[in-house]
Amino acid sequence: MKWHVLRPLWLTIGVVASILIARVFLVPDDFGVHGRNFTYGYYRLSNVQEWKDFTVKYQGRESCRECHEENLVKLNDSPHSAIECENCHGPAIGHPDPVEMLPNDLPREHCLRCHATTDFPFVSKAQVPMVNNRMHRRRRECYECHNPHDPREEVE
Amino acid sequence: MTCSRRHFLKEAVGGTLATVLPLSAFTFISSEEAKAALDSAKVRWAFLVDTTKCIGCGLCVSACKTENEIPYDAPVTRTWVERYVVTKDGQTHIDSPLGGRDGYIDDMIRDEEIPAEEVTKAFFVPKLCNQCDNAPCVQVCPVGATYQTDDGVVLIDREWCIGCGYCIMACPYGVRFFNPETRTAEKCNFCYHRISKGLQPACVQSCAFGARRLANLEDPDDPVTKIITTERVAVLKDEYGTKPHVFYIGLDASVR
Repeated sequence: MKWHVLRPLWLTIGVVASILIARVFLVPDDFGVHGRNFTYGYYRLSNVQEWKDFTVKYQGRESCRECHEENLVKLNDSPHSAIECENCHGPAIGHPDPVEMLPNDLPREHCLRCHATTDFPFVSKAQVPMVNNRMHRRRRECYECHNPHDPREEVE
Repeated sequence: MTCSRRHFLKEAVGGTLATVLPLSAFTFISSEEAKAALDSAKVRWAFLVDTTKCIGCGLCVSACKTENEIPYDAPVTRTWVERYVVTKDGQTHIDSPLGGRDGYIDDMIRDEEIPAEEVTKAFFVPKLCNQCDNAPCVQVCPVGATYQTDDGVVLIDREWCIGCGYCIMACPYGVRFFNPETRTAEKCNFCYHRISKGLQPACVQSCAFGARRLANLEDPDDPVTKIITTERVAVLKDEYGTKPHVFYIGLDASVR
């Protein structure tokens, strides 16, 4: 073969070879087809474990029982029983150490998420008592009169 | 040439066996492989949304953002709640301010006041990733950074993602977005870190009305699977052929 053909040929072979060599070092060993096929399962296998190790923030109401049993008993027996502690107090991760206090003075807007009245025919909203934000005790916070752990109970 | 009866029977039985038994029947697998195959066959995560129960409080959105470390005030979210208000003139008014993160505490829709007597129906539709079986977002990824796990959940490899955004364009449900903090594609993964530990996803746990529920379709005794298989449920954009695995109760024709 003539030299003007060989030179670009060797160059191409050299570039391809260096890419393949670099690939061996750069692509992790566990990268490949792991799922049902190449289209949906071509990935780095260790990433699945990385996602499983992601930090859980919301601990669930049973984790509160150890220290706040009386609140949990009251809540479970109230119309608010379906509401998780962490829906109002925030995620319990890091509580009580180092996060000593979780929020317990939520503004009206938090209660209004469920209890805000509406003029539209939302059928689902019939599940909860409605409050007109503009008419009902505008300058006070809800918890000043109602106990969130048992809304049937009034706070003196 | 002679052919004894014994010889004929031998050949016939041998020939039948050779054609009936496929080659794969003779593949030997290690005990770990067998166990992995059995384990993975036990789970196919799916989701059931009951739109008739959702009251649009937005606690699921807020819990999701905190649990999954999504920037709280950025206009991006893994799950969101849409408000639909259908009026007599046939128009559908849809809004989802900040994904419904702070709930819907007034009747203003996109700064527009709609007279209540004009409204024929109103409802909320929570949305999240459909964990499709034929996920378009996975097909288009040029680097193999997104994939479907054996239990059906589509995950994103944040280390491998180059942030090109093809998947964001490909998803017909608009579920994917660009995470401004990790600078990678981002989407709901049913809280994979929680469900693989036996916990409920953050949005399911925070929903006080049971509007969101997780199902394992491979478990016939799962109460949510029973609802999906025996009751009337619908999926979003079935015509795209993506085989979505988020099922809806009470879906309306106006829902897009």
